[in-house]
Amino acid sequence: MTRVRRRTWHGLLPAAGLSVAGALSLPVLTVAASVFFPSEAAWAEFVRLVLPRYVRNTVWLLLGVAVGTLGVGVGAAWLVTAYRFPGRRLCQALLLLPLAVPAYLVAYTYADLLQYSGPIQSALRGWLGWTRGYPFPEIRSLGGAVFVLSFVLYPYVYLLTRAALLEQSPVVWEVSRTLGHGPWSTFFRVALPVARPGIAAGLSLVAMEVLADFGTVKYFELDTFATGIYLVWFSFGSVLGAAKLAVWLMGFVLAVVAAERLSRGRKRYHRPAGPVREARPQQLTGPRAALALVACLVPPALGFGIPGGYLGWMAWVGGDPLWGRAFLRLAGNTFVLAATAAGAAVLLSALLAYGLRLAPTPVMRLAARVVSLGYAVPGVVVAVGVLVPLGWLDNTVDAYFRRWWGVPTGLVLTGTTFTLVYAYLVRFLAAALSTVEAGLSRIGPTLEGAARTLGHGPGSVLLRVHAPLMRGSIFTAALLVFVDALKELPATLVLRPLNFDTLAVRLYLLASDERLMQASTSGLCILAVGLVPVLWLDRAVHRSRAEAPAGLASADPSGPDRIDRGSGIRLA
Amino acid sequence: MPARPAAFWPLLALVVAFLAFPQPRASGQARELNLYNGRHYDTDEAIYEEFTRRTGVRVNLVQGDADQLIERIRAEGSNSPADVLVTVDAGRLYRAQQLGLCHRVDSPVLNARIPAHLRDPQGYWFGFTKRFRVIAYSRARVDRASLSTYEDLASVRWRGKVLVRSSSHVYNQSLVGALIAWHGEAFVARWARGMVANFARPPQGGDTDQLRALAAGEGDVALVNHYYYLRLLNSSNSADRVVAQRVGLFFPNQGPEDRGVHVNLSGACVVATSRNRQAAVAFLEFLSSDFAQEVFSKGNFEFPAVRGIRNPMAAIAPANLREDTLNAATYAANGGRALHLMVAAGWR
Amino acid sequence: MVAHARETERTPEAWVRLVGVSKRFGTVQALSGLTLSVQSGEILVLLGPSGCGKTTALRIVAGLEHPDEGWVELAGQVVAGPRWVPPEARGVGMVFQEPSLFPHLTVLQNVAFGLRGMSRAEQLRRAHEVLDRVGAAELAGRFPHELSGGEQQRVALARALAPRPSVVLLDEPLSSLDPELRRRMREELRRLLKVEGSTAIVVTHDQEEAFALADRIGVLSRGRLWQVGPPEEIYHAPACRFVADFVGEADFLPGRVRDHVARTELGDFPCNGLPEGALVEVMLRPADLAVEPDVDGPAVVVGRRFRGPETLYEVRLASGRVVRCRVAGEAALRPGARVRVRATTARVVVFPAEAGEAG
Repeated sequence: MTRVRRRTWHGLLPAAGLSVAGALSLPVLTVAASVFFPSEAAWAEFVRLVLPRYVRNTVWLLLGVAVGTLGVGVGAAWLVTAYRFPGRRLCQALLLLPLAVPAYLVAYTYADLLQYSGPIQSALRGWLGWTRGYPFPEIRSLGGAVFVLSFVLYPYVYLLTRAALLEQSPVVWEVSRTLGHGPWSTFFRVALPVARPGIAAGLSLVAMEVLADFGTVKYFELDTFATGIYLVWFSFGSVLGAAKLAVWLMGFVLAVVAAERLSRGRKRYHRPAGPVREARPQQLTGPRAALALVACLVPPALGFGIPGGYLGWMAWVGGDPLWGRAFLRLAGNTFVLAATAAGAAVLLSALLAYGLRLAPTPVMRLAARVVSLGYAVPGVVVAVGVLVPLGWLDNTVDAYFRRWWGVPTGLVLTGTTFTLVYAYLVRFLAAALSTVEAGLSRIGPTLEGAARTLGHGPGSVLLRVHAPLMRGSIFTAALLVFVDALKELPATLVLRPLNFDTLAVRLYLLASDERLMQASTSGLCILAVGLVPVLWLDRAVHRSRAEAPAGLASADPSGPDRIDRGSGIRLA
Repeated sequence: MPARPAAFWPLLALVVAFLAFPQPRASGQARELNLYNGRHYDTDEAIYEEFTRRTGVRVNLVQGDADQLIERIRAEGSNSPADVLVTVDAGRLYRAQQLGLCHRVDSPVLNARIPAHLRDPQGYWFGFTKRFRVIAYSRARVDRASLSTYEDLASVRWRGKVLVRSSSHVYNQSLVGALIAWHGEAFVARWARGMVANFARPPQGGDTDQLRALAAGEGDVALVNHYYYLRLLNSSNSADRVVAQRVGLFFPNQGPEDRGVHVNLSGACVVATSRNRQAAVAFLEFLSSDFAQEVFSKGNFEFPAVRGIRNPMAAIAPANLREDTLNAATYAANGGRALHLMVAAGWR
Repeated sequence: MVAHARETERTPEAWVRLVGVSKRFGTVQALSGLTLSVQSGEILVLLGPSGCGKTTALRIVAGLEHPDEGWVELAGQVVAGPRWVPPEARGVGMVFQEPSLFPHLTVLQNVAFGLRGMSRAEQLRRAHEVLDRVGAAELAGRFPHELSGGEQQRVALARALAPRPSVVLLDEPLSSLDPELRRRMREELRRLLKVEGSTAIVVTHDQEEAFALADRIGVLSRGRLWQVGPPEEIYHAPACRFVADFVGEADFLPGRVRDHVARTELGDFPCNGLPEGALVEVMLRPADLAVEPDVDGPAVVVGRRFRGPETLYEVRLASGRVVRCRVAGEAALRPGARVRVRATTARVVVFPAEAGEAG
């Protein structure tokens, strides 16, 4: 009997995973289907007129932010992992803070601060007696967008690089040292290449965020794919044209991801088998320690401190007249929505990742990739991709019921929080899936074999072996989706139920009406709600690091020289 | 039964809790009216409350970008809960009408109270407030007498001095749509090139940003909607008031033979699929009531569409203001061409 | 800078020297006052149980740990202690217990990794040469994950040897391999180190491995060095009971010194310099004892272990003490058989009874 049950489980899990993937791919496929329809003349005009500039801007923006986040994220991760200096622990947490800040909010604040009429330029003119025509970097520019997005998005690279560095066997670094390579050379020639899958994963999240970003580029009047989609859609009135642009964008992502995978070739980056000793960070003192500390404080200051502080000042001076109980409701809505999306994302991505592991068929793999594409698609496009099939489903069901039972069902799904969570899943599942997949891949197949021979079916193995071992990854995945959902705006704006507002919506309603002062209160609240999970995330990363090597060491009592290695752990 | 890992149940509970989460449902009840609202002014709440008080019909709101609300209505199809669509410009109402989303209303009240140029000739939508696109100028650097018309802003004397927002914004598209209606595309193409040559900086920011830039000295003249200026002038923040004091408003094209200042509107339509048409029409009629009109003008400094309403801000306009009576439907229909000409001229 | 010493610089005197090196991790004293020297071209094996500090000693030589006290000299230059030379500047080669190949590089690139300051062609020539020498020439183009455990360790050794390090440090280099492979690799490792003329320090907890590899063995326990000497000396003339016990099977027979000999149940043994009347323990290795069947014998066979070419008997003496005896050939005696035991050698080691606290 157990045999039979096990077999059904085996077929059931991948099947469930596949149906999840199918359901979540629907919006993306809906958008992709647009290529089969001829689009309006306006679209062709747009392509001729401005598309080259849009493509050029998008490519430069992507490259700029990639270089920026790479430098900041990887550099910071290396500093706080390989070195010890006063304030290092604090920096590890601070470096994550920009995760809690929506990019558009940072764009608002920097534009306000740095524009010609802003406080900084006004003060400079006042002190130095400058008049028009002095050189000052224009914040509303490609460079400005690169600056803002780099300092908001670098935590993705930082987080995943740090995890990859912590996972590396420090022995490999030590080998490099004994072979005549100094710390810098070791960093560039060993630590960095070995951390490559982690860095690549972080960078691809960044790239997709950049492609999907509308708020920042719109505010900076930078013409990219995302603004192009809006322009074609709302100004030229061509939905199909907009969808086609979105398809181009997805093709772009697929090409970049494929190129990275291809360039890895035969290389593999498995963690070596056996116990891994933790690296003992090198102690820095004096000016070097101060330099490291400053280097680690600048990114969170630029990505969180300055925008947060400016918002705080604005909220103090101006602020939202609605402040009070209404905000409690807004914060409650926001929290419940984001938490639900995070929970559902973790469950579904676990199902999908595990199905992928049990049955790594080409169909399954393709489904997982298509689901991940949603991360690169601007929220508005996802919203429409969600609305069209759900609206169709609702109306079909309604027509069916009317016809056979004479009872209208109306819209069962559309305009409910279900639709909203569904859209969040489509948009953000990639973040959860990649984290959970990475966590799962770290669990050796022998463990699964051992559990299976002990009479546990795949479902039981998932719950009793994998889930506890993947607690860290699952937690990270949930928090990433939570923070993303918290900040999400365009899809929320379109899909939310009647009389249902969130903090981000409130922020938009005021900001779109050019009431930045009043909007600052909502912005500050988003930061506050997002701060908690981000700090939690830092604790989780920190704890997993303290626990994992100790657990591994005790799992292998036969390992020689236990005190030699054990002592290292105890110290660090 | 083996113990499940701790993380499993809370997660499951969360998802179940969500499914049981009270869904704010859109209902087709006659006692409710669902507003898809592109206006986001807290002060409008007073109007909804008063409407509910008088009629007993509750007003449900979803606020957002009008373009996206239109897409939502389209996707929701025949079962859409939307009864009324409210926008802050004629362009979006025109688009909704083109997409067949508006229900034609023949209301004696509306026809009598709303001037003809502020509503769709066929009764598909109605404007309830007037928004003037005016020229703001720096009091310190510009002699008011040198200002005249929109057309003049493209002349060489304003080289490097004009501030304006991006062409992708519908306020500019409507204004230029009106220019097309008056002068034809060839003229507008030339005019747009002249404007681009006159830009003090690449178009950026919103109308408020143009006013701030004027005050800071980045340019001399700007095209803005009038209420942004009034909002700064009446701000509780002293820095905002300083900006307003450095700026003057000029209502262009006031010459004796001229057509008058460009008027945009904030308006509404009854959604074609609405099941509460009666209540929806009643709501539109209520928007034209003295009560609602006064709230509009007080709350957001817009000019009431209905004549004879007391407007505390009327003083900023010339005593016998000339308004361009070109029908809003006409310039809204020209919006797409307008955008094309602006983009072609390099007006980003 | 010591880097990559050439043959000509080698002198017979101490090539690696640790003087009074101590190291503490939290509450654990990993090394206390370790003093040790290694001659040029010599293979020194540090032998000891888990946690004895031997790996710490190796890491201090490599520069991967700082000693708390004492200093380290490489080729006559101080590299740790009053002056600090970072690991990359010491010119040491290290092979770790864990498979530690760079996963992103091919075997050839791994081996060439430490070859600096020479042309690309020269690097490749040297890498191929070393790979050839360790018998891994055909693996050059593969990635680490495509190798077996034995192959990985071979490549790791090649990588350590390639830059001609002044000293090669091997931390349990064979422990991740299966026993058969481990035995074969032992011989090969010694041959390779000798062919390359390397000075080497090897850390292991396996005494067989130590005997097979070492020119000299140093036995460590609890952070202290108890004895250094050639394998034969360590085995036959251990300096203390701990060493005696650790490097091979041994029984300790109590006795007392009388007339300058140690008198025990199994006869008298010469003992030098121990005071008259002192309680002693005589170390007897199983091979030092012969067992003969004797129905009137005072001893009884209580167990036997068949080991192929020989048999190990456990025999209970009249005093009740059990000793082990090794007998060549088939097992002829059954448990329960009465026997007589006698020592076949007078060359035994006698410890004062209080000694042997080290283990």
